[in-house]
Amino acid sequence: MSDAHPHVAVAEQFDDAEQQHEAAGLGMWIFLATEIMFFGGLFASYTIYRNLYPAGFLAGSGLLNAKIGAFNTVVLITSSLTMAMAVHSAQLGRRKALIGFLFLTLLLGLTFVGVKLYFEWYHDYLTHVAPGFGFHPEGADLARIHALHAPLSAVELFMCFYFLMTGVHALHMVVGVGILTVLIVKAWRGRITRESHNIVEMAGLYWHFVDIIWIFLFPLLYLLGVTR
Amino acid sequence: MSEHVASPKMYVVIFLSLIGLTALTTAVAYVNLDAMLGLKNLPLNTIVALVIAICKASLVGLFFMHLRWSSNVMRLVVVCAVFWLAILITLTGADFFTRNWIPIPRPWQASVTYQRSSGIVIPSNVRR
Repeated sequence: MSDAHPHVAVAEQFDDAEQQHEAAGLGMWIFLATEIMFFGGLFASYTIYRNLYPAGFLAGSGLLNAKIGAFNTVVLITSSLTMAMAVHSAQLGRRKALIGFLFLTLLLGLTFVGVKLYFEWYHDYLTHVAPGFGFHPEGADLARIHALHAPLSAVELFMCFYFLMTGVHALHMVVGVGILTVLIVKAWRGRITRESHNIVEMAGLYWHFVDIIWIFLFPLLYLLGVTR
Repeated sequence: MSEHVASPKMYVVIFLSLIGLTALTTAVAYVNLDAMLGLKNLPLNTIVALVIAICKASLVGLFFMHLRWSSNVMRLVVVCAVFWLAILITLTGADFFTRNWIPIPRPWQASVTYQRSSGIVIPSNVRR
Protein backbone atom coordinates (compact mmCIF):
# COMPACT_ATOMS: atom_id res chain seq x y z
CA MET A 1 0.00 0.00 0.00
CA SER A 2 2.59 2.53 1.03
CA ASP A 3 4.54 1.82 -2.15
CA ALA A 4 1.96 3.82 -4.10
CA HIS A 5 2.94 6.89 -2.11
CA PRO A 6 6.61 6.63 -1.27
CA HIS A 7 7.02 10.28 -0.19
CA VAL A 8 3.99 10.61 2.02
CA ALA A 9 4.51 12.12 5.42
CA VAL A 10 2.57 9.50 7.39
CA ALA A 11 2.01 10.40 11.02
CA GLU A 12 3.35 7.72 13.32
CA GLN A 13 -0.04 6.54 14.57
CA PHE A 14 -0.97 5.36 11.07
CA ASP A 15 0.17 2.22 9.27
CA ASP A 16 0.22 3.84 5.85
CA ALA A 17 -1.02 6.77 3.77
CA GLU A 18 -4.30 5.07 2.94
CA GLN A 19 -5.17 4.60 6.60
CA GLN A 20 -4.27 8.24 7.25
CA HIS A 21 -6.48 9.32 4.36
CA GLU A 22 -9.39 7.23 5.63
CA ALA A 23 -9.03 8.55 9.18
CA ALA A 24 -9.04 12.15 7.96
CA GLY A 25 -12.15 11.57 5.85
CA LEU A 26 -13.97 9.73 8.64
CA GLY A 27 -13.18 12.49 11.14
CA MET A 28 -14.39 15.16 8.73
CA TRP A 29 -17.65 13.30 8.04
CA ILE A 30 -18.32 12.88 11.77
CA PHE A 31 -17.79 16.63 12.18
CA LEU A 32 -20.22 17.22 9.30
CA ALA A 33 -22.73 14.90 11.03
CA THR A 34 -22.64 17.23 14.05
CA GLU A 35 -23.16 20.14 11.65
CA ILE A 36 -26.22 18.39 10.19
CA MET A 37 -27.64 18.18 13.73
CA PHE A 38 -26.79 21.84 14.33
CA PHE A 39 -28.66 23.03 11.24
CA GLY A 40 -31.27 20.27 11.77
CA GLY A 41 -32.51 21.99 14.93
CA LEU A 42 -33.09 25.18 12.92
CA PHE A 43 -34.88 23.30 10.14
CA ALA A 44 -37.07 21.46 12.69
CA SER A 45 -38.11 24.69 14.42
CA TYR A 46 -38.71 26.29 11.00
CA THR A 47 -41.09 23.40 10.15
CA ILE A 48 -43.06 23.81 13.39
CA TYR A 49 -43.40 27.58 13.26
CA ARG A 50 -44.28 27.55 9.59
CA ASN A 51 -47.17 25.19 10.41
CA LEU A 52 -48.25 27.42 13.29
CA TYR A 53 -48.10 30.66 11.23
CA PRO A 54 -48.48 29.73 7.53
CA ALA A 55 -49.68 33.17 6.43
CA GLY A 56 -46.89 34.95 8.30
CA PHE A 57 -44.27 32.75 6.65
CA LEU A 58 -45.77 33.25 3.17
CA ALA A 59 -45.83 37.01 3.63
CA GLY A 60 -42.35 37.04 5.15
CA SER A 61 -40.95 35.07 2.22
CA GLY A 62 -42.51 37.66 -0.07
CA LEU A 63 -40.24 40.28 1.51
CA LEU A 64 -37.16 38.48 0.18
CA ASN A 65 -35.77 38.86 -3.31
CA ALA A 66 -35.93 35.43 -4.96
CA LYS A 67 -33.84 36.63 -7.95
CA ILE A 68 -30.91 37.55 -5.71
CA GLY A 69 -31.40 34.24 -3.89
CA ALA A 70 -31.26 32.35 -7.19
CA PHE A 71 -28.18 34.31 -8.27
CA ASN A 72 -26.41 33.41 -5.03
CA THR A 73 -27.43 29.76 -5.46
CA VAL A 74 -25.73 29.72 -8.86
CA VAL A 75 -22.65 31.45 -7.38
CA LEU A 76 -22.43 28.83 -4.63
CA ILE A 77 -22.90 25.87 -6.98
CA THR A 78 -20.20 27.29 -9.27
CA SER A 79 -17.89 27.63 -6.25
CA SER A 80 -18.54 23.95 -5.50
CA LEU A 81 -17.42 23.10 -9.03
CA THR A 82 -14.21 25.14 -8.67
CA MET A 83 -13.60 23.54 -5.25
CA ALA A 84 -14.06 20.06 -6.73
CA MET A 85 -11.59 21.04 -9.46
CA ALA A 86 -9.15 22.33 -6.80
CA VAL A 87 -9.28 18.92 -5.09
CA HIS A 88 -8.81 17.29 -8.49
CA SER A 89 -5.74 19.47 -9.19
CA ALA A 90 -4.32 18.67 -5.75
CA GLN A 91 -4.79 14.94 -6.35
CA LEU A 92 -2.76 15.25 -9.54
CA GLY A 93 -0.18 17.55 -7.94
CA ARG A 94 -0.83 20.48 -10.29
CA ARG A 95 0.23 23.42 -8.15
CA LYS A 96 -0.72 26.29 -10.46
CA ALA A 97 -4.16 24.88 -11.23
CA LEU A 98 -4.69 24.25 -7.52
CA ILE A 99 -3.90 27.87 -6.63
CA GLY A 100 -6.09 29.11 -9.48
CA PHE A 101 -9.13 27.03 -8.53
CA LEU A 102 -8.75 27.82 -4.82
CA PHE A 103 -8.59 31.51 -5.68
CA LEU A 104 -11.71 31.26 -7.88
CA THR A 105 -13.54 29.48 -5.05
CA LEU A 106 -12.45 32.21 -2.64
CA LEU A 107 -13.71 34.94 -5.00
CA LEU A 108 -17.08 33.21 -5.48
CA GLY A 109 -17.41 32.73 -1.72
CA LEU A 110 -16.71 36.43 -1.12
CA THR A 111 -19.21 37.33 -3.88
CA PHE A 112 -21.87 35.29 -2.11
CA VAL A 113 -21.26 36.92 1.29
CA GLY A 114 -20.95 40.39 -0.28
CA VAL A 115 -24.25 40.10 -2.18
CA LYS A 116 -25.91 38.81 1.00
CA LEU A 117 -24.57 41.65 3.13
CA TYR A 118 -25.16 44.57 0.79
CA PHE A 119 -28.10 43.65 -1.47
CA GLU A 120 -30.07 41.67 1.10
CA TRP A 121 -29.35 42.35 4.77
CA TYR A 122 -28.50 46.04 4.35
CA HIS A 123 -31.50 46.47 2.04
CA ASP A 124 -33.72 44.75 4.64
CA TYR A 125 -32.38 47.12 7.26
CA LEU A 126 -33.14 50.16 5.08
CA THR A 127 -36.69 48.98 4.29
CA HIS A 128 -37.35 48.28 7.99
CA VAL A 129 -37.91 44.54 7.61
CA ALA A 130 -34.89 43.49 9.70
CA PRO A 131 -36.24 41.98 12.94
CA GLY A 132 -35.17 43.82 16.08
CA PHE A 133 -34.22 47.00 14.21
CA GLY A 134 -37.57 48.79 14.30
CA PHE A 135 -39.49 46.20 12.31
CA HIS A 136 -42.25 48.02 10.43
CA PRO A 137 -42.74 47.10 6.75
CA GLU A 138 -44.04 49.91 4.54
CA GLY A 139 -45.72 50.46 1.19
CA ALA A 140 -46.01 47.43 -1.09
CA ASP A 141 -44.51 45.15 1.58
CA LEU A 142 -47.19 46.11 4.07
CA ALA A 143 -49.94 45.80 1.43
CA ARG A 144 -48.84 42.24 0.64
CA ILE A 145 -48.81 41.33 4.33
CA HIS A 146 -52.34 42.70 4.76
CA ALA A 147 -53.54 40.91 1.63
CA LEU A 148 -52.45 37.59 3.17
CA HIS A 149 -54.03 38.49 6.53
CA ALA A 150 -50.73 37.77 8.18
CA PRO A 151 -50.06 39.04 11.71
CA LEU A 152 -47.04 41.37 11.70
CA SER A 153 -45.45 39.49 14.61
CA ALA A 154 -45.56 36.25 12.59
CA VAL A 155 -43.88 38.00 9.63
CA GLU A 156 -41.20 39.28 12.01
CA LEU A 157 -40.78 35.72 13.32
CA PHE A 158 -40.16 34.53 9.75
CA MET A 159 -37.58 37.29 9.31
CA CYS A 160 -35.91 36.10 12.55
CA PHE A 161 -35.65 32.61 11.04
CA TYR A 162 -34.36 34.10 7.78
CA PHE A 163 -31.66 36.18 9.47
CA LEU A 164 -30.62 33.41 11.85
CA MET A 165 -30.48 30.62 9.25
CA THR A 166 -28.77 32.62 6.51
CA GLY A 167 -26.60 34.33 9.15
CA VAL A 168 -25.28 31.06 10.54
CA HIS A 169 -24.81 29.83 6.97
CA ALA A 170 -22.89 33.00 6.03
CA LEU A 171 -20.74 32.54 9.14
CA HIS A 172 -19.82 29.10 7.81
CA MET A 173 -18.96 30.74 4.49
CA VAL A 174 -16.65 33.21 6.25
CA VAL A 175 -14.92 30.33 8.05
CA GLY A 176 -14.61 28.60 4.66
CA VAL A 177 -13.04 31.73 3.16
CA GLY A 178 -10.50 31.68 6.01
CA ILE A 179 -9.69 28.02 5.33
CA LEU A 180 -9.28 28.76 1.60
CA THR A 181 -6.89 31.64 2.37
CA VAL A 182 -4.71 29.33 4.47
CA LEU A 183 -4.77 26.72 1.68
CA ILE A 184 -3.78 29.28 -0.96
CA VAL A 185 -0.80 30.45 1.14
CA LYS A 186 0.25 26.83 1.74
CA ALA A 187 -0.10 25.96 -1.94
CA TRP A 188 1.81 29.11 -2.91
CA ARG A 189 4.70 28.05 -0.68
CA GLY A 190 4.62 24.60 -2.26
CA ARG A 191 3.54 22.88 0.96
CA ILE A 192 0.66 21.05 -0.70
CA THR A 193 1.95 18.23 -2.85
CA ARG A 194 0.33 15.31 -4.55
CA GLU A 195 1.13 13.22 -1.50
CA SER A 196 -0.19 15.68 1.07
CA HIS A 197 -3.43 16.82 -0.51
CA ASN A 198 -5.65 15.46 2.30
CA ILE A 199 -6.04 18.98 3.65
CA VAL A 200 -7.52 20.22 0.37
CA GLU A 201 -9.92 17.30 0.22
CA MET A 202 -11.15 17.91 3.78
CA ALA A 203 -11.63 21.64 3.09
CA GLY A 204 -13.57 20.58 -0.02
CA LEU A 205 -15.91 18.39 2.05
CA TYR A 206 -16.62 21.36 4.33
CA TRP A 207 -17.24 23.72 1.40
CA HIS A 208 -19.61 21.31 -0.35
CA PHE A 209 -21.47 20.77 2.92
CA VAL A 210 -22.09 24.52 3.27
CA ASP A 211 -23.35 24.41 -0.34
CA ILE A 212 -25.82 21.62 0.57
CA ILE A 213 -27.21 23.68 3.47
CA TRP A 214 -27.88 26.55 1.05
CA ILE A 215 -29.57 24.15 -1.40
CA PHE A 216 -32.21 23.59 1.32
CA LEU A 217 -32.33 27.18 2.59
CA PHE A 218 -33.01 28.66 -0.85
CA PRO A 219 -36.41 27.01 -1.57
CA LEU A 220 -37.58 27.06 2.06
CA LEU A 221 -36.86 30.77 2.60
CA TYR A 222 -36.96 32.45 -0.83
CA LEU A 223 -39.23 30.38 -3.07
CA LEU A 224 -42.02 29.93 -0.53
CA GLY A 225 -43.74 33.21 -1.25
CA VAL A 226 -42.94 34.11 -4.86
CA THR A 227 -46.41 33.35 -6.23
CA ARG A 228 -48.39 34.98 -3.42
CA MET B 1 -4.91 2.94 -3.00
CA SER B 2 -8.67 3.26 -2.92
CA GLU B 3 -8.68 6.96 -3.64
CA HIS B 4 -10.53 7.85 -6.77
CA VAL B 5 -9.54 10.62 -9.16
CA ALA B 6 -12.69 11.64 -11.00
CA SER B 7 -12.63 13.25 -14.43
CA PRO B 8 -13.23 17.02 -14.81
CA LYS B 9 -15.84 16.24 -17.48
CA MET B 10 -17.95 14.46 -14.88
CA TYR B 11 -17.69 17.43 -12.52
CA VAL B 12 -18.94 19.74 -15.27
CA VAL B 13 -21.88 17.40 -16.01
CA ILE B 14 -22.83 17.38 -12.30
CA PHE B 15 -22.45 21.18 -12.21
CA LEU B 16 -24.77 21.62 -15.20
CA SER B 17 -27.31 19.23 -13.65
CA LEU B 18 -27.25 21.31 -10.44
CA ILE B 19 -27.78 24.53 -12.40
CA GLY B 20 -30.64 22.87 -14.32
CA LEU B 21 -32.30 21.69 -11.11
CA THR B 22 -31.93 25.19 -9.62
CA ALA B 23 -33.68 26.65 -12.68
CA LEU B 24 -36.38 23.97 -12.38
CA THR B 25 -37.05 24.57 -8.69
CA THR B 26 -37.19 28.34 -9.27
CA ALA B 27 -39.57 27.94 -12.23
CA VAL B 28 -41.86 25.53 -10.35
CA ALA B 29 -42.05 27.98 -7.42
CA TYR B 30 -43.74 30.53 -9.70
CA VAL B 31 -46.56 28.06 -10.43
CA ASN B 32 -49.05 27.70 -7.60
CA LEU B 33 -49.39 23.91 -7.70
CA ASP B 34 -51.61 23.70 -4.60
CA ALA B 35 -54.23 26.00 -6.13
CA MET B 36 -53.87 24.52 -9.61
CA LEU B 37 -54.56 20.95 -8.49
CA GLY B 38 -57.13 22.03 -5.91
CA LEU B 39 -55.27 20.48 -2.99
CA LYS B 40 -56.08 22.25 0.22
CA ASN B 41 -54.03 20.50 2.88
CA LEU B 42 -51.00 19.41 0.87
CA PRO B 43 -48.15 21.93 0.47
CA LEU B 44 -47.30 20.52 -2.95
CA ASN B 45 -44.94 23.37 -3.91
CA THR B 46 -42.84 22.75 -0.81
CA ILE B 47 -42.83 18.98 -1.38
CA VAL B 48 -41.64 19.40 -4.99
CA ALA B 49 -39.01 21.95 -3.86
CA LEU B 50 -37.74 19.59 -1.15
CA VAL B 51 -37.59 16.60 -3.52
CA ILE B 52 -35.50 18.70 -5.96
CA ALA B 53 -33.31 19.91 -3.07
CA ILE B 54 -32.72 16.31 -1.94
CA CYS B 55 -31.74 15.37 -5.51
CA LYS B 56 -29.29 18.30 -5.64
CA ALA B 57 -27.83 17.46 -2.23
CA SER B 58 -27.41 13.83 -3.31
CA LEU B 59 -25.56 14.89 -6.47
CA VAL B 60 -23.22 17.11 -4.43
CA GLY B 61 -22.68 14.38 -1.82
CA LEU B 62 -22.17 11.48 -4.22
CA PHE B 63 -19.94 13.19 -6.77
CA PHE B 64 -18.42 16.42 -5.41
CA MET B 65 -17.91 14.91 -1.95
CA HIS B 66 -16.80 11.57 -3.46
CA LEU B 67 -19.26 9.45 -1.46
CA ARG B 68 -19.70 7.31 -4.54
CA TRP B 69 -16.12 6.13 -4.15
CA SER B 70 -15.84 6.39 -0.36
CA SER B 71 -15.50 3.48 2.02
CA ASN B 72 -18.60 2.03 3.64
CA VAL B 73 -17.71 3.40 7.06
CA MET B 74 -17.98 6.98 5.74
CA ARG B 75 -21.29 6.21 4.07
CA LEU B 76 -22.45 4.78 7.40
CA VAL B 77 -21.68 8.11 9.09
CA VAL B 78 -23.76 9.94 6.48
CA VAL B 79 -26.68 7.52 6.75
CA CYS B 80 -26.58 7.79 10.56
CA ALA B 81 -26.54 11.59 10.40
CA VAL B 82 -29.56 11.69 8.08
CA PHE B 83 -31.35 9.08 10.23
CA TRP B 84 -30.73 11.14 13.37
CA LEU B 85 -32.01 14.23 11.58
CA ALA B 86 -35.17 12.28 10.69
CA ILE B 87 -35.60 11.32 14.37
CA LEU B 88 -35.16 14.96 15.39
CA ILE B 89 -37.78 16.26 12.98
CA THR B 90 -40.25 13.34 13.31
CA LEU B 91 -40.32 13.23 17.11
CA THR B 92 -40.54 17.02 17.45
CA GLY B 93 -43.36 16.99 14.90
CA ALA B 94 -45.07 14.06 16.64
CA ASP B 95 -45.52 16.34 19.63
CA PHE B 96 -46.43 19.63 17.96
CA PHE B 97 -48.60 18.37 15.13
CA THR B 98 -50.77 16.08 17.25
CA ARG B 99 -51.46 18.42 20.18
CA ASN B 100 -54.96 19.34 19.11
CA TRP B 101 -56.08 15.93 17.90
CA ILE B 102 -57.74 15.16 21.21
CA PRO B 103 -59.35 18.08 23.03
CA ILE B 104 -58.06 18.02 26.56
CA PRO B 105 -59.95 20.10 29.12
CA ARG B 106 -57.59 22.44 30.95
CA PRO B 107 -59.61 23.48 34.01
CA TRP B 108 -56.51 24.95 35.68
CA GLN B 109 -56.62 27.78 33.17
CA ALA B 110 -59.12 30.18 34.70
CA SER B 111 -59.91 32.01 31.46
CA VAL B 112 -60.99 28.85 29.67
CA THR B 113 -64.68 28.41 29.06
CA TYR B 114 -66.25 25.20 27.89
CA GLN B 115 -68.70 24.69 25.08
CA ARG B 116 -70.77 21.64 24.47
CA SER B 117 -70.86 20.79 20.80
CA SER B 118 -72.57 17.59 19.65
CA GLY B 119 -71.98 15.91 22.97
CA ILE B 120 -68.26 16.77 23.26
CA VAL B 121 -66.93 19.27 25.77
CA ILE B 122 -64.62 21.67 23.99
CA PRO B 123 -62.49 24.17 25.91
CA SER B 124 -62.26 27.56 24.21
CA ASN B 125 -58.45 27.39 23.98
CA VAL B 126 -58.46 24.29 21.81
CA ARG B 127 -58.53 24.82 18.08
CA ARG B 128 -60.28 22.11 16.14
